[in-house]
Amino acid sequence: MMYSAESLKTPDAKVSVNGLDFYYGASHALKAVSLPLYENRVTAFIGPSGCGKSTLLRVLNRMYDLYPGQRAEGEVWLDGENIIDPAIDVNALRARVGMVFQKPTPFPMSIYDNIAFGIKLYEKLPAAELDARVEQALRGAALWDEVKDKLHSSGLGLSGGQQQRLCIARSVAVQPEVILFDEPCSALDPISTAKVEELIEELAEDYTIAIVTHNMQQAVRVSDYTAFMYLGELVEYGETDDVFNKPKQKRTLDYITGRFG
Amino acid sequence: MSLYETRRKNNAIATGLAWLATAFGLFWLALILGALVYEGARGLSPAVFSQMTPPPGSQGGLSNAIAGSLLMSAIGVAIGTPLGMLAGTYLAEYGRHTKLAMIVRFINDILLSAPSIVIGLFVYEILVHPMGHFSAISGAVALSLLVVPVVLRTTEDMLLLVPGSMREAAAALGAPRALVIGKIAYRAAKAGLITGILLAVARVSGETAPLLFTALNNQFWSANLNAPMASLPVVIFQFALSPYKDWQQLAWTGALLITVAVLSLSIVARTLGAGRRKSR
Amino acid sequence: MTVVEPDRRERNGAMEVTDFALAQKITPAVIVDRPRALGRIALIDRIFHHLTRTAAIIVLIILGGVIVSLFRGALPAIKTFGFGFFTSQAWNPVNDNFGALPAMYGTIVTSIIAMLIAVPVGLGVATFLTELCPHPLRRPIGVAIELLAGIPSIIYGIWGLFVFAPFVQVHVQPALIAGFAGVPVLSNLFAGPPYGIGVLTASFILAIMVLPFIASISRDVFETVPTVLKEAATGIGCTTWEMMRHVVLPYSRVGVVGGVMLALGRALGETMAVTFVIGNAHKVSPSLLAPGTTISATIANEFTEAVGDIYTSALIELGLILFLITFMVLAMARYMLMRLERTSA
Repeated sequence: MMYSAESLKTPDAKVSVNGLDFYYGASHALKAVSLPLYENRVTAFIGPSGCGKSTLLRVLNRMYDLYPGQRAEGEVWLDGENIIDPAIDVNALRARVGMVFQKPTPFPMSIYDNIAFGIKLYEKLPAAELDARVEQALRGAALWDEVKDKLHSSGLGLSGGQQQRLCIARSVAVQPEVILFDEPCSALDPISTAKVEELIEELAEDYTIAIVTHNMQQAVRVSDYTAFMYLGELVEYGETDDVFNKPKQKRTLDYITGRFG
Repeated sequence: MSLYETRRKNNAIATGLAWLATAFGLFWLALILGALVYEGARGLSPAVFSQMTPPPGSQGGLSNAIAGSLLMSAIGVAIGTPLGMLAGTYLAEYGRHTKLAMIVRFINDILLSAPSIVIGLFVYEILVHPMGHFSAISGAVALSLLVVPVVLRTTEDMLLLVPGSMREAAAALGAPRALVIGKIAYRAAKAGLITGILLAVARVSGETAPLLFTALNNQFWSANLNAPMASLPVVIFQFALSPYKDWQQLAWTGALLITVAVLSLSIVARTLGAGRRKSR
Repeated sequence: MTVVEPDRRERNGAMEVTDFALAQKITPAVIVDRPRALGRIALIDRIFHHLTRTAAIIVLIILGGVIVSLFRGALPAIKTFGFGFFTSQAWNPVNDNFGALPAMYGTIVTSIIAMLIAVPVGLGVATFLTELCPHPLRRPIGVAIELLAGIPSIIYGIWGLFVFAPFVQVHVQPALIAGFAGVPVLSNLFAGPPYGIGVLTASFILAIMVLPFIASISRDVFETVPTVLKEAATGIGCTTWEMMRHVVLPYSRVGVVGGVMLALGRALGETMAVTFVIGNAHKVSPSLLAPGTTISATIANEFTEAVGDIYTSALIELGLILFLITFMVLAMARYMLMRLERTSA
C-alpha cells in the first residue's frame, strides 16, 4: 500500500508502518504491511477474524514482546523513531502509545487507584495535584459524574460499560500520544457502545487513534481512515468514505457487502 | 437376558465394594480421631499451657514445647515464605517459558514430597555438625526448607490464575514487569497466596522428623536460638515412647493440640482459598 | 507554560504548531521527566527480575546441596563397607559393622503392603465420591478426606502404638497365627509370637495414613474425565461399573498411576507413622508379624544416640539411599502427572 503526504489536506502521519512482517513462531501473520496513522485522526482496521488486524495493533505498542516466539520485521516509525528496534525502551513506548482492550480490564483496586497507578509510574505528585489529574482523566472519559462519590470503592464493582470507560480514562491519564483500541465495544451493550464511540470521537481531537473492529458500522461511525486486511495482507487503505462507498478492490467489496467473513 | 443379569450383578458388586471402601476408610479415620480426642482431652488442663515439661513421675505441662513449636514454625515460615514466593514468581512471570523454570518446577515438585527426615539430615550436615551443637535455629531452617516448596507451588499456581489480560493492560500503560507483579498480580492472587502460606504453616507445625536432630529437645524454657529447643512433635515422640504414664498422657494431649491447630489452619486456608486449590 | 517535550518538537518540526496547541489544551502545567522515571522503573524491574531468578536458583541449590551433603556425610561408610552395605544384615555399633539390607527390606515391604491395602480402598473411595455419593454428602466427605490428608503423621504413630498394636496383639495376630498354621508359605508369613508391633502393623498404619492422600488425588484425577465421555457411556446403557472400568479408568490411567506413585513416595519416606510400631529390629525376618525396621525409623531412633563417625556415617548413607529411592519414584510420579495435565489441558 502506498501512502505519501502529497495532499495538503491530509495531516501528518504520526505513525508510519513500512513493510511490516510479523511471525507467531513459524506462522506468517502479517505480510509486508504499510500504512500511516494520521495525527488526530481515527484509523479503523477491519477484516475477518484472523486477518491480522489485532496483530498489527499489538505491534504498535510492542505488546508481542510479552510472549516468546513472536517477532516483527520491517519498520514502524513513531515520530521518526523505529519502534521495532529491539534497543528502544518498550515501557517508554507504551507510555506514549496507550491501549484499550476487548474486555474491560480494571485492576483489582479502587477506581481512584486504577487511574493513579499509571500516573504514579512517571510522576511524583502532591496529593491535591494527583486528585486533580484523576478527576481530569475521569472527566475525559465521561465517567466522572457516575463515579465521583465512590472513587475509593473497587473498580470491579462498575458495570461493563463503565469499566471500559475506566480503562480509557486510565490510558488517557498517562498522557499518551496514540491510543489503540482493540475491539473496545465487543463486550458491551448498545448504549455503552454508543457512549464509548462518542468518547473515541472526542479523544480524536487530542490523540491519534487506531481501532480494531469487526463491526463495519462502527468503523463508518468513528473512523476517518479505514484499512481492510485479509489473510495477513493489507488489501485496501483509504479514507473511510471511499473504502466503504467506492472500494477499489473486489475483496473489499465482498467483505463490506457481507459476501464472506 | 442372562448377560444383562450378569452385568447388573457385576455392577452391584463393584458399587457395593466402593461403598464398603469408603465405610472402611472413614471407620479407621474416625476411630483415630475419636481415640485422639478421648485420650487427649483427658489430660487437658490449664497446667498444660502454663507448666513446663516435667521430669518423669511428676506433674507438668507442655508450655515450653508449645512456645518452641510456635517460635520455630514462625521463623521457618519467615525464612521460607519470601524465598518460595520469589522463586514461584520467577516460575510464573519472568521465567515462565525458560528451561531453568522447567527444571525448578520439577525439582520443587519432588522436594514437595521428599522425606522430611532427609531434610533433617541435610540441615544436620550443613548447620548442626559445623556448629558443633543442636540449636533452635537449625530446627527453624529445616522447617523453612519444608515451607519453600509449598509456598513456591501455590505462588506459581495463583499467579497463573491471574488473567493475561490484566498483565497486558498494566504493560500497556508502560508499567514494567516488577510493578505489574507487585501491584497487580500479587493483589489479584492475595487470597490464594495466604492460603498457601497457611497450608505451609499447617504442614510444618506437625513435622517431627526434621526437628529430631536439629533442634533436639529441651526440658526447660528457652528463647535462645543458639541452644536446643523443645517442640510439640519431638516431645510427643519422646514421651509416647517412654514407660511413664504421665508422659504418655502428655503425649496424647500434645497430639490433640497439634491436630486441632493443623485442622483449624487448614479449614481457614480452605475457606480463604474457596476450594480453588488442589490438594496436591 | 512550556509543555511540549523538547525532543518531540525537534523530531517533528512540521507539526509543532498543532502539537503545541493540542498539548496546551489537555496537559496541565507539569513537566514530566519520563526518561528519568523510566530509568528508575527499569532498574527496579531488573533488580526484581534478578531477585526472583536467584530465589529459583537457590531452590535448585537446595536439592543439589541435599545430595552433595548427604554424599559427603556418607563417604566414610561408603569407603568402609562398599557395595556390601546393600547386602549385609549386620547392625553392630560396638564393632562398627553396619549393613542396609534390613532397613531397605523393611522400607520396601511396609510400603508395598501399605499400597496393596490403600490403593484399592482409595480408588473405591474416589469412585464413591465421584459417582455414587448422594450430592449433599459429596462435599463434606470430600473435604473431610482432604483435611485428613493433612494430619501430621505422628498422630497415626501414637494411635498405632497405644491403641492399634495392643488390640492386634490380643485379637488379630493369634488368630492369624492359628489360622494359617500348616498352610504352606502363609504359615511362614504369619509366624512367631504375637508382639503387636511389627512389619504388618506398621504397614497397616501406613496404609491408613496414605489412604486420604490416594483418595483425594484419585478423585481429582477422575474429575479430569470430561463429562461428555461419561454421559456418552451411560447413554449407550453402561452401568456405573462398566463406565468406570472402560471409560474413566482408561482415560485417567496415567494420572492414577502418577498419584499412586506419589503416595508410594510418601510411604517410603514416612518416619513417624512407622517408627512407633515397627519394633526397630535390624533383621530380615520372613514373618510379617515379626519386628523389623525401616530406613527412616532407624535414622529417627538412632541418629542422636549414634556415637562414632562410622555409625553416624552409616545412618547418613541410609538417608542418602532413601532419598535416591524416593527421588526416582517421585520423579516418575511427576512425569506421569505432567503427561496427564498435558492431555487434559
